[in-house]
Amino acid sequence: MIDIAALAVKKWKGERGSLIMALHEIQNQMGYVPREATMEISSQMNVPLARIYEVLTFYNYFKLEAPGKAVISICTGTACYLKGAPALLDEFKKDLGIGVDEATSDGIFHLQCVRCLGCCGLAPVVSVNGKIYGKLKPSDIKPIIAEWREVFPAKETANAAN
Amino acid sequence: MKTVKLKINNVEIEASEGENILNAAKKASVNIPSLCKHPDLHATGACGICIVKLKGAPNMVRACCTPVSEGMEVITHDPEIVGVRRTVLELILSAHPNECLTCGRNGTCELQRLASEFAIRRESFNPVVPDIPPDSTTNSITLEPRKCIKCGRCITVCQEKQNVWALSFLERGIDTRIAPAGVTLGESPCVRCGQCSEHCPVGAIFEFDETEKVWAALSDPELYCIAQIAPAVRVSIGEAFGYPPGTNLTGQIYDALRHLGFKAVFDTNFGADVTIMEEASEFAHRFLSAPEKLPLITTCCPSWVDFMEKFHHDMIEYFSSCKSPHSIVGTLTKTYYAQKLGIDPSKIMMVSIMPCTSKKYEITRTGNMYASGMQDVDVALTTREFIRMLQQSGIVFNDLDPETQADSPLGEYSGAGVIFGTTGGVMEAALRTASYFITGHDPESVDFKQIRGLEGIREFEFKIGGHSIRTAVAHGLGNVETLISRVRAAREEGREAPYHFIEVMACPGGCIGGGGQSWNVDDAIRKKRAEGLFSDDRSKAIRLSHRNPYIQKLYEEFLGEPLGETAQKYLHTSYQARPEYKR
Repeated sequence: MIDIAALAVKKWKGERGSLIMALHEIQNQMGYVPREATMEISSQMNVPLARIYEVLTFYNYFKLEAPGKAVISICTGTACYLKGAPALLDEFKKDLGIGVDEATSDGIFHLQCVRCLGCCGLAPVVSVNGKIYGKLKPSDIKPIIAEWREVFPAKETANAAN
Repeated sequence: MKTVKLKINNVEIEASEGENILNAAKKASVNIPSLCKHPDLHATGACGICIVKLKGAPNMVRACCTPVSEGMEVITHDPEIVGVRRTVLELILSAHPNECLTCGRNGTCELQRLASEFAIRRESFNPVVPDIPPDSTTNSITLEPRKCIKCGRCITVCQEKQNVWALSFLERGIDTRIAPAGVTLGESPCVRCGQCSEHCPVGAIFEFDETEKVWAALSDPELYCIAQIAPAVRVSIGEAFGYPPGTNLTGQIYDALRHLGFKAVFDTNFGADVTIMEEASEFAHRFLSAPEKLPLITTCCPSWVDFMEKFHHDMIEYFSSCKSPHSIVGTLTKTYYAQKLGIDPSKIMMVSIMPCTSKKYEITRTGNMYASGMQDVDVALTTREFIRMLQQSGIVFNDLDPETQADSPLGEYSGAGVIFGTTGGVMEAALRTASYFITGHDPESVDFKQIRGLEGIREFEFKIGGHSIRTAVAHGLGNVETLISRVRAAREEGREAPYHFIEVMACPGGCIGGGGQSWNVDDAIRKKRAEGLFSDDRSKAIRLSHRNPYIQKLYEEFLGEPLGETAQKYLHTSYQARPEYKR
């Protein structure tokens, strides 16, 4: 993890507006910006940690927590919204027991809302780790969750997290 | 400086080029309401209360951050402007808890005052008060982000003035909040200077209140309560009781403490005289025999000590090991004084009245703070907490006896002891006694005026008995690093240190501008408070710590020689590198 931060620093140090670029690099590679990485950036780039957190919390793009293994993105863009995205969202929340931008306690599922996945013809759309599911009804949600539970069995993930 | 002519409400005035409209308006006898702007700090333009109309401009502008220009015509008050200001105020109030009656700033809150002046009588917008828990993890200040109005003063002070970077604005828009970066304030780089609480217009950052502890002790018949007051408290407390800033109210404070039930009243200035005996001895020793350990850096300020331990621990070797004056009074009270009077020291409750939030932290900072075998100082109250205790006590402050004396011997002080409360004062007091230690005779003039003032960094080379002593004084932690980097650069290049002696105080103006002092301070008030201390110094027959007969007696009877074994045991402390937490 520190390697990624160190590389990002090396690439962007000294450039104008470099802090945000280095943070982007880490976000892109890791899916979030861990605290250890912010400490590394702070000391290498000589930017106060407070300033780094100001930037990280200002932009929605940056995440401070590790995302789940399966990132569920529910499109709440106009078309999907009108075609029933809120009901899908409620179903996910109920079945997983988490809210938006939260991860399940086993670290497997992460729920987020996104704006337009670029396939409005399939509305309402959900993507899980990039796999697109279109024209969904609330009753389709449980099978999707079951499908990804098979990909990331709880026990194995819990061990890996330890 | 170039001046410009402009009109404010059709009154022609002259103002300095670059001056903002808010200040310039005062010359036309107009008071533009403002909230986020503090005279110490640059304008953030955060609140919008100070909007005015400019002839020819399409929009209203903020007076705090709009400079005057030649021919400008400003309208500061008309029904439309006042209406906009009221709306701005109502919006701020909609995100602020309606808890004035139970808030620490009730009666001193700048937002409350504006709400009163604008006659706000109802909630015009649905309240959207955030639900964020308070943070008291520093045990010095309490952060209550719910009450924050996002003016940005605390953040400007913490980041720019103090260069500590403990506080930041996290999130954005309606979710914006003041917070340390992802940790509690106790785990952050916060050095507890309290300048955030000193500058907060509302109750969002407030001293960690320990008055109840003191009330309980005062009503406990088992305890022998003793108080001491710091130099800077005596010249600021009057502001809460209608006296002009800088009025010296030492006698009244002693009298008030007795009325409150303290069995003995001491003066931190006595401890300052002891500090000088030790620190001047350290300086004379290093200057004459161990120049490689120069510069000597003063350590009376616990926020500076914390700052150094966190960010500049390569400077530890230069630090004076001498404890701060109130710690010394605490130690001596529970040893020397207790023995003299035959009091069980474990029954003594030592309360320090300090201009400082950081003293709350200092009293348990290291094992040396228990030199008497128990905690030397039990509670450190800020000036503001003490004022509240007086207000609760029924004491009519103005009727107190100005001639009241402190208890002997820990209340007897020299003029050198009292100037500890202002920037440059510790240096000056130390030079007076160091002159004696270096040359064997007292200085011809006890005034070392060249090192006085309010500039952030001051340097002067004093001639003392054929020696040149290069001194530097810094106040406000942001100014310290300039000096530190010069010392570090000289050391790295193998050059002689640029200074022999450095004094540092974390707060602007030193303790007179301390984070626990009365609110609404600016440099004009700091100047008056400092003058109050210098005038007390001038009025003293004895103005040299080593000439204070009670100090001489203390060393004869109890401590032995300065820096001797007993002195080391009771009066000195140590420093350690704290885990690095990057700013």
